[in-house]
Amino acid sequence: MRRPDLLINKVDWLVTVIYGVLVLLGWLNIYAASYNPEVSIFSTGINSGRQLLWIGVCLITIMFILVIDFKIYNSTAYFIYGFFILLLIGVLFTRSVSGASSWFQIGSFKFQPSELTKFATALTLAKYFNDHNPRFDRIKSLGFMLMIIGTPMGLILLQPDAGTTLIFGAFVLVLYREGLNPMILVIGLVAITLVVLTLLVANDWFLVGGIVLITAAIIIFWGKNMKTKRLIRIIVGALLIIGIIFSVDYLVNEVLPPHQQKRIMVLFNPGSDPLGVEYNVTQSKIAIGSGGWFGKGYLQGTQTSGGYVPEQSTDFIFSTIGEEHGWMGSLVLIVLFSVLFLRLLFISERQKSRFARVYGYSVVSIFFFHFMINIGMSIGLFPVIGIPLPFFSYGGSSLWSFTILIFVLLKIDAHRMQVFTR
Amino acid sequence: MNNNSKYIIQFTILFVSLVFTGRLFSLQVLDKNYKLAAEDNAMRPIIEYPYRGVIYDRNGKLIVHNTPVYDLMIIPKEVKMEDTLAFCQLVGITQKEFEEKIKTLKKQRRYALPSVLVKQIPGEEFAKIQSSLINYPGFNIVARTVRGYPYGTLANALGYMREIDQKGLDKDTANYYKQGDYIGISGVEASYEEPLRGKRGVQYKMVDAIGVVKGAFNNGAFDTLSIPGQNLYASIDIDLQNYAEQLLDNKRGSIVAIEPSSGEILTIVSRPSYDPNSLSGRDLSKNYRKLTQDTLKPLFNRPIMATYPPGSIFKTLQALIALQEGVISPNEQIYCDGGLIGDHAPPGYYNVHRGIKYSSNNYFFKVFKRIINQRKHENTFIDARIGLTNWREYVAGFGLGHKLGVDIPNEKGGHIPDTSYYDRFYGKNRWKFSNIYSLSIGQGEMLMTPIQMANLAAILANKGYYYIPHIIKGVGDENQPLPEYRKKYHVGIDSSYYTYVIDAMQEALSGTAGRAIIQDIEICGKTGTAENPHGEDHSVFMAFAPKDDPKIAIAVYVENAGWGGRAAASTASLLIEKYIRGEITRPWLEDYVLKGKFIY
Repeated sequence: MRRPDLLINKVDWLVTVIYGVLVLLGWLNIYAASYNPEVSIFSTGINSGRQLLWIGVCLITIMFILVIDFKIYNSTAYFIYGFFILLLIGVLFTRSVSGASSWFQIGSFKFQPSELTKFATALTLAKYFNDHNPRFDRIKSLGFMLMIIGTPMGLILLQPDAGTTLIFGAFVLVLYREGLNPMILVIGLVAITLVVLTLLVANDWFLVGGIVLITAAIIIFWGKNMKTKRLIRIIVGALLIIGIIFSVDYLVNEVLPPHQQKRIMVLFNPGSDPLGVEYNVTQSKIAIGSGGWFGKGYLQGTQTSGGYVPEQSTDFIFSTIGEEHGWMGSLVLIVLFSVLFLRLLFISERQKSRFARVYGYSVVSIFFFHFMINIGMSIGLFPVIGIPLPFFSYGGSSLWSFTILIFVLLKIDAHRMQVFTR
Repeated sequence: MNNNSKYIIQFTILFVSLVFTGRLFSLQVLDKNYKLAAEDNAMRPIIEYPYRGVIYDRNGKLIVHNTPVYDLMIIPKEVKMEDTLAFCQLVGITQKEFEEKIKTLKKQRRYALPSVLVKQIPGEEFAKIQSSLINYPGFNIVARTVRGYPYGTLANALGYMREIDQKGLDKDTANYYKQGDYIGISGVEASYEEPLRGKRGVQYKMVDAIGVVKGAFNNGAFDTLSIPGQNLYASIDIDLQNYAEQLLDNKRGSIVAIEPSSGEILTIVSRPSYDPNSLSGRDLSKNYRKLTQDTLKPLFNRPIMATYPPGSIFKTLQALIALQEGVISPNEQIYCDGGLIGDHAPPGYYNVHRGIKYSSNNYFFKVFKRIINQRKHENTFIDARIGLTNWREYVAGFGLGHKLGVDIPNEKGGHIPDTSYYDRFYGKNRWKFSNIYSLSIGQGEMLMTPIQMANLAAILANKGYYYIPHIIKGVGDENQPLPEYRKKYHVGIDSSYYTYVIDAMQEALSGTAGRAIIQDIEICGKTGTAENPHGEDHSVFMAFAPKDDPKIAIAVYVENAGWGGRAAASTASLLIEKYIRGEITRPWLEDYVLKGKFIY
C-alpha cells in the first residue's frame, strides 16, 4: 500500500520561501525604481503594476508545473528544444526594436524567446547526458555538446543580443561538474586573458612575437626529449593562439557594433568616455555609493527618484537596492542569492538520475551567471552587458523563465525517489 | 566524474559573493565621494534674479530703466521642423549655427531642457517673429530685461553692464556673483552696483536626471527670497544735460555743472561719447570693440579722468591764498609790466581786482613769489621749500592734487607738485621760486580735472566751502545721498576775501569774455587758456551764477578751441541761461557754439 503523499510536502520549502521573498522584494524595488507618489504600486500604468500581473502568471505557471507529470520534461526535451530553435530563427525576421530583433509582439503582449531557450537548452543537455552517457575525450560527444549549446548562442548573437549569448557560457560549469577536463577551463581562462591582452596591447604583432619566442624557447630547450606527437601539439597550440588573437581583434573591431566596442573599451580604460557608456556605470556607482551603511530608506533615494541611473528598472535595478537599503540591504540580497544557489546545488547533488542533476546544475549556473554579471556590472566590475538580475529586473519574460527553471527543478526533485520505479 | 568539481563550484559562488560584498563595502561605506556626487546630481539652486533699480533725474524723469528683451529658448527634444532654413531666417541665425547648437546641447545632455538659442531679441524685432513662432514646437520665450536709456545721453557717467569676467569673480570676495551674472562695469552702474542690484534669491530644488524639477529640497528650508534693487535719484537735470551734450557736439572736452549749495552734479558731459543703448543688449561686445578702437576715445570719461593745466582760472585761487596769507592787502597796488613773463594785460598798477579782471600774468607772478618767498628762512632754497609746502596745503584744501571722491569710478586726482616732486627733478634744495613760477598762472606741472575746476567755481560761489560733487542725490526710499556727500568741507580761507575775487570775476566777463554776459543774470566767471604744445590751445571757462544767490557753478573745457573767452565761455553762458531761465534768448550765440568744430 502506498501512502498518498501530498506533493506540497515534497517541494523544497527553503527554495520556495527564498523564491517568494525575492519575487516580493523585486516587485517592491521595481516600484521604487519608477516611484511616483501619485500612482499606486498596483497601477498597470507603471512597471510595478505590470510586474504584478506577471507574478500572477508565474503563480499559475507554478501550479501547472506542479500538477503536470514530471516525466514530461525528459520525454519532450528535444521537442521543446527544437520548438525554441525555430522560434529563435523566426524572431530574426521580426522588425528590430532599438537595434535588435529579440521580441515577438502580439498586440500589447511581448515575448522574448531567448529567455525560455535557456530552459530548453538545459533540458536537452540533461537528456543528452542522461541518454548517451557522453565521454569528454570523444570528439563526437564534444561535438554534440557544442552543438546543443552553440546553436542557440549563435542564433541569439545574430539578433544581436550579446548579453543573453554570454549567459549560455554558464553551461561550462555544468560540463565541468560532469567531468570536463579542468584543463579546458584553464585553456578558456588563458584564452580570456589573451582576449584582454589583445584589446589592451595596441599592436597584435608584439603578442604574436612573444608567443613565437616562447614556443621557440620551449622547442629549443626541451625539444630533444620530446616525442614528435607532443612537438606537433605545441606548435599547433601556438598557431591556434595566434589565430585567436587575430580573430578577437577582427571580432571586436569589425564585427561588433560600435556601442559594444565602446563598452569593452570603457572597461579597460575607465574615464575615457564619462558621458557615454560609462555614464551609466558612473551613475549606478553614485547611486549605490551614496547608500552608505543602511541606505536612504525605501522610496527615499534621490538618485533613484531623480532617474539618474539609466535602465534602472531593468539592467541597473541593483542600484535602487544599493541606494535605498545601503550596504546592509545589499548584503541581505547577496546572502539570499548565495543561499539559494547553494541550496539548488545541494538539491542537484541529491538527484538519482543524471537528467535531473545536469538540469539542476544548469539552473544554478544560469542563475549564477545572471547574478554575477548583473551585479558586477552595476558596481563597475564587469562591462555593461544588458542582462536582468533574476526576480529584480523588470520584465515578464525573464521572470517567467526564471520561475519555470526553478519550479521544474523542484517538481523533478519532489519525485526523485520515483526514478527507479520508472 | 570529478568529485572535487562540486566543491570548486560552491567555492566559486561564495567567492564571487564575497568579492561583491567587499566591493560594495568600499563603495558604500568607505568611499565618501559618491555621497557628494549624489548631492551634486540631485540638488540644483534655482536663482531668482531681482529687479534692478532704475534711475531718475532731479526732476523725476526716468533716465535709466529696464527694457524687456526676449531670449528664444529651444528644447531640442520637442523640435519638429520641416524647413530649418526658413526658421533660421526667421530668427536670424545661420543653419550651421543652429545645427551646431543642437549638437552641443545633445552632448551636454540638455536635450529635454530649455536652453538659450538666440539671446536678447529686442522688443520690436520680437514682435515681428512672435506670430510665426507658433508654427514651431519646441521653442519658447523667456522675457528678460536689459538697461534702456530713453535719452541716449550721459553715457560715460551712467556706465554700462556686462557679464562678469574671471577678474570680476576673483575680486568678489563675498562670493556673490556667479558665472554669467551681469554686473555694472563703469559709471553709476558700477559705483552703485550694490543698491541697484538688490539681492538674489535662491531656491534649492530637487531635480531629476534631465533637469526637470521634482520639488523643493528640504521643504525650502534653505531658500531665500530675492530683494529688489533700490531706485536711484540722480542730481542730473537731464534737459540741461542733453542741451550741454548738444553744444559740445563735434568738440572734444568736458562740461561739469554743480549746484554749489549741495555739491550735486547737474550736468556732466564727456565728448566725444556714445549712445549708452549701444552697450546694452546683444550687440554689446561688437559695439564695445568698436568703441575701444575709436581714436577719439569715446569711452574715456573726460570730466573726471582727463587732467589739464587749469590756466588762468587758477589765478582766483592764488589771489585767495595771498590774501589769507596776508602777503598782499586787498587794495595794494603793484606795478606790473610785461617784463617777467608773457602777458596780454597792459602794463600799469594792479590790485587783486584788476589782476583778475585783466588776468595779468605778471601780477600773479609777483603775488605767487610773495607766497613762496616769505623770508621765513635766510636760505632762499629752503625758504621756497617752506613756501611751497604751505601753499600746497591751501591748494589741497580746494580738493586739488588728489581725488575728490566723486561717486563715479576711475576718477583721477590731477597733480599739484610738492617739494619731493621738485627734489626728484632738481635735487634736494636745489630749486627755488624761479624754477616753479609757472605754477603762478596755472601752468607748468599742475594738472586738474574738469570736475575739480567746477568744484573750484562752487567753492568761490559758496565763499569757502564745498560738498564733494556727486551725481546720485538719493538712494532708495530714504532718498538721501551717501553720508560722505553730506559732509561740508571748508577750504581754510576767510569768506571776506572772496568778495574781491568774485567782484573781479563778474567784471572780468566784460573784459575777457563778453559773449558770456546775460541780461539780468549776474555771472561771475574766469576764462583760461591752457597752453597746448601739440596744437591749438585749450579753452577753459569757470563760472557761477547768479552772483548773489549762486544756483549753478560750471566749468567748461574744450580742447583745441583756442582762447577760453570764446568757445568755453559761450557754452557756459548758454547753459547757465538754460538752467536758470529755462530758455535761450540768444539764438545767435547758440548757433555760434553749435557750429564750432574743434576735433582734428
